[in-house]
Amino acid sequence: MTTDPIIAEGLPIPPADEPATYMLSTHTQRRRGRRTGSPWRRPMAVIGVVVIAFWLLIAVLAPWLAPYDPLVQDFPRLAAPDPAHLFGTDGSGRDVLSRLMYGSRVSIPLAVLLVTLSTLVGSTMGAIAGYFGRWADGIVMRIADLVFAFPGIILAMAAAAAFGPSLRNAVLALVIVTWPSYARVVRSLILSLRESEFVSAARLMGSSARRTLLVDLRPNAAGQVLVLAALEVGNAVLLLSGLSFLGLGAQAPQAEWGAMVSDGARNFDSWWVGAFPGLAILTVVLAFNFLGDTLRDALDPRTTRALRSLP
Amino acid sequence: MTDVAVTYEQRGRSVRAVAGVDLTVERGQIVGLVGESGCGKSTLAKAAVGLVPTSGGSVRFDGTPVVPLGRRSRPVALRRMQMVFQDPYSSLNPRRRIGDQIEDGLTLAAGFRGDRRARIAELLDRVQLPTDAARRYPHEFSGGQRQRLAIARALAAEPSLVVADEAISALDASAQAAVANLLVTLTRELDMGLLFISHDLAIVRQVADVTAVMYLGKVVEAGPTTAVWNDPAHPYTAALIGAVPIPDGSGALPVDLPGDVPDPAAPPSGCRFHPRCPQRFGPCAGTEPTMLQLGSGRQAACWLNDRAVVGA
Amino acid sequence: MTAPVLDVEDLRVLLPSGAGAALPAVDGISFSVAPGEIVGLAGESGSGKTMTALALFGLLPHGATTEGSLRFDGADVLTMPARRLRGLRGRSMSMVFQDPMTSLHPMLTVEKQITEHLRFHTGIGRRAARARALELLEQVRIPDPARTLGAYPHQFSGGMRQRVAIAVALACSPRLLIADEPTTALDVTVQAGILRLLDRLRREEGLAILIITHDLGVMSALADRVVVMYAGRIAESGPTAEVLGAPRHPYTRGLLDALPHPERGTGALVPIIGSPPVLGGKPAGCAFHPRCAFAQPGCARHRPEVLPLDDRRSLACPIDPFAAAPALSVKGPT
Repeated sequence: MTTDPIIAEGLPIPPADEPATYMLSTHTQRRRGRRTGSPWRRPMAVIGVVVIAFWLLIAVLAPWLAPYDPLVQDFPRLAAPDPAHLFGTDGSGRDVLSRLMYGSRVSIPLAVLLVTLSTLVGSTMGAIAGYFGRWADGIVMRIADLVFAFPGIILAMAAAAAFGPSLRNAVLALVIVTWPSYARVVRSLILSLRESEFVSAARLMGSSARRTLLVDLRPNAAGQVLVLAALEVGNAVLLLSGLSFLGLGAQAPQAEWGAMVSDGARNFDSWWVGAFPGLAILTVVLAFNFLGDTLRDALDPRTTRALRSLP
Repeated sequence: MTDVAVTYEQRGRSVRAVAGVDLTVERGQIVGLVGESGCGKSTLAKAAVGLVPTSGGSVRFDGTPVVPLGRRSRPVALRRMQMVFQDPYSSLNPRRRIGDQIEDGLTLAAGFRGDRRARIAELLDRVQLPTDAARRYPHEFSGGQRQRLAIARALAAEPSLVVADEAISALDASAQAAVANLLVTLTRELDMGLLFISHDLAIVRQVADVTAVMYLGKVVEAGPTTAVWNDPAHPYTAALIGAVPIPDGSGALPVDLPGDVPDPAAPPSGCRFHPRCPQRFGPCAGTEPTMLQLGSGRQAACWLNDRAVVGA
Repeated sequence: MTAPVLDVEDLRVLLPSGAGAALPAVDGISFSVAPGEIVGLAGESGSGKTMTALALFGLLPHGATTEGSLRFDGADVLTMPARRLRGLRGRSMSMVFQDPMTSLHPMLTVEKQITEHLRFHTGIGRRAARARALELLEQVRIPDPARTLGAYPHQFSGGMRQRVAIAVALACSPRLLIADEPTTALDVTVQAGILRLLDRLRREEGLAILIITHDLGVMSALADRVVVMYAGRIAESGPTAEVLGAPRHPYTRGLLDALPHPERGTGALVPIIGSPPVLGGKPAGCAFHPRCAFAQPGCARHRPEVLPLDDRRSLACPIDPFAAAPALSVKGPT
């Protein structure tokens, strides 16, 4: 690969033009690695990660950590917090702390499931609409507009009521409400990517439209969709709890945060019944939002480009 | 490959970006297509490979009519016609490894059977890049290197025609020379045709065997490069040549051509160039000149070449 | 000779890097521009030519530091209070960029863009400002100036837009105009018009122009003196005719050989091997030595100083392989 061995000091003559950046690429990679790492030093992201880790730990270890069975109603009803029941007991005489711990095994995994499902449905629909355009675009986007026209929670209530109240149906109802957001984002991403010259190049090679979408476009859209999904987990927790609060999700006696808050609302004088699950929802939602915001800043193409353009 | 003739009209407001162009690229030949921005040369390039539909005329590649790309994959016969794009940053997929992108050309276009990795290494070597580039992503390369990668990808399809649309315009001067030389060498060695599109007449002169000059959707002059350069038969070609600044330190200012390229949606009457032409006379504003054969492969669309009209 | 409008002495621009040590994007360059003179800064991307211009305007990226001096009319711009620099910027010195679409405000009429600027700096009345705007548009040869005043940037072609941008830059009768790749985005025929306009402004108004471009053809047409930069340092400088006609630095020579020359033969282009170093990856010694066909062992160790060749030219190459070479320029038919 050497063209002309004139150089002293053992510097090989690089092949072709402009090899300098090429030779330095390991250096740039290292630098970029540190840059994407730097957001983690931001306090908000750290708080988010710590809180999420805390709740995941609780969810996994609930059977061992919880002092009592969450469904056992053997205790005095509406007892204020004391050393035996740190968070008191609820209207049916169950230990609030234990129910709270078991509740995290419902809310967080279901929220993740909900986001995964709507991301899958939304991305597929959005990609089809964006890439094929014309009537496919028309149909998908009109349905999306229709969904957007209703207040989300009301539509979800109607759907959940129609399916019959249960946690599974609540998740399905919320998928119906949330997929259009992903469809819109993915559609606009694909619309702008579709015109890229690398797509033309792939088509000229003989790549079919479907293959181009899956092989060439998908990896380019995936990053931003993942960020959006991470941002939405907090929102999903809130929506699911909301449906359960309204009695359309988790059914008694299952320990679920929304349902627990609802119990708290019925026993308003015993603040501990509703306040602790409410706090749990608050912390989870905030934590995911902090994390999502940081991820978005870190992965935003404009921010990344700005960082990269720095020497 | 014979007879690439395009006539077409752009949809929408019916802008005739390319308004009747005849162009032929033979195997082993480099045809340069020159013109200012907005003259339709890029649209013509896209029409030639089927990236935009034509509204009239016909494009043929090795006898096969070129059909615009739709939902289906491109006909196998047409995959031997490849393109190198202007922007080396958007023409490579940022999220796929170089090797995978080149491999697409091998499997999809060339129907290659055999040791793909060896073939990819061979292609990278052809464009003077190290073979371990296959494992890397586009962002690790500079503009000139990316353009080489794009060329390697096009070569993977074993093309008999490569359309290079402003392929070197975005590069630094020394990288321009290197990529231009590479394209010329490959054309000669692999016996392919090359349609080299550029706004830079000086570089086309160095590269092309035959030059066609486009103005506002039409070819106004075509012929062997040296002849066109030394003795332009159309005032527009002459103006383009005069406007090229010469890097010799003489301090000579390039010749000014007043006015701008008109809106292709409303081309001037008669000769499209007449409002800017320093040599316009009687018939120019009224009647559009036809392409005149001037002998030795040259042709131009200008009334000045028509003795009968000039004499009148 | 009159006192220079701009006098740059041993300018260094240091950019912060992730690794801690600041990297010199501009590494000790000196040159000056006299009234009515056009000086060109030439070099490939990354040679530090744009950083030099930004330093002059106090518009360097965040965290950049400067050393040396940058005197405008005798006053050092680098140490000047921000307020005073703001007064100079746009008034006594102004800038024209490569892409007029980004330097003009897309939502304001041409009249607003010119007069706003004018009234901010000179405090003249609306009517006087409008008259001056008309005069400026005429000066940059825009057909139908009165109608142009009410138009928006997107209504113009690239060449006309660049003329408007020049009119905006000229509004306060600056003494120095800095043009950063002013014609790179334009077609050759349009470029010719802009080059003629800049040349006329210099002759008629005594405007000093610092033109920054990688295009040696543009340089040759316009500049009186040229400064060739490589990796943040001066490779050679001197009168344009001498530097481009008989280059002494291997880099200048390489650049010229890589260019198609309309009046020399159609021989193959000779690219320079290798590529310009990235910031932070600069080779030791002479930054050009890995790409230089004349490099000797010493080149990798000692950084060459810019030494005067005569009272007008200077060169940073101790090898000086073209000292006795005949001039390049061969005019006439091929």
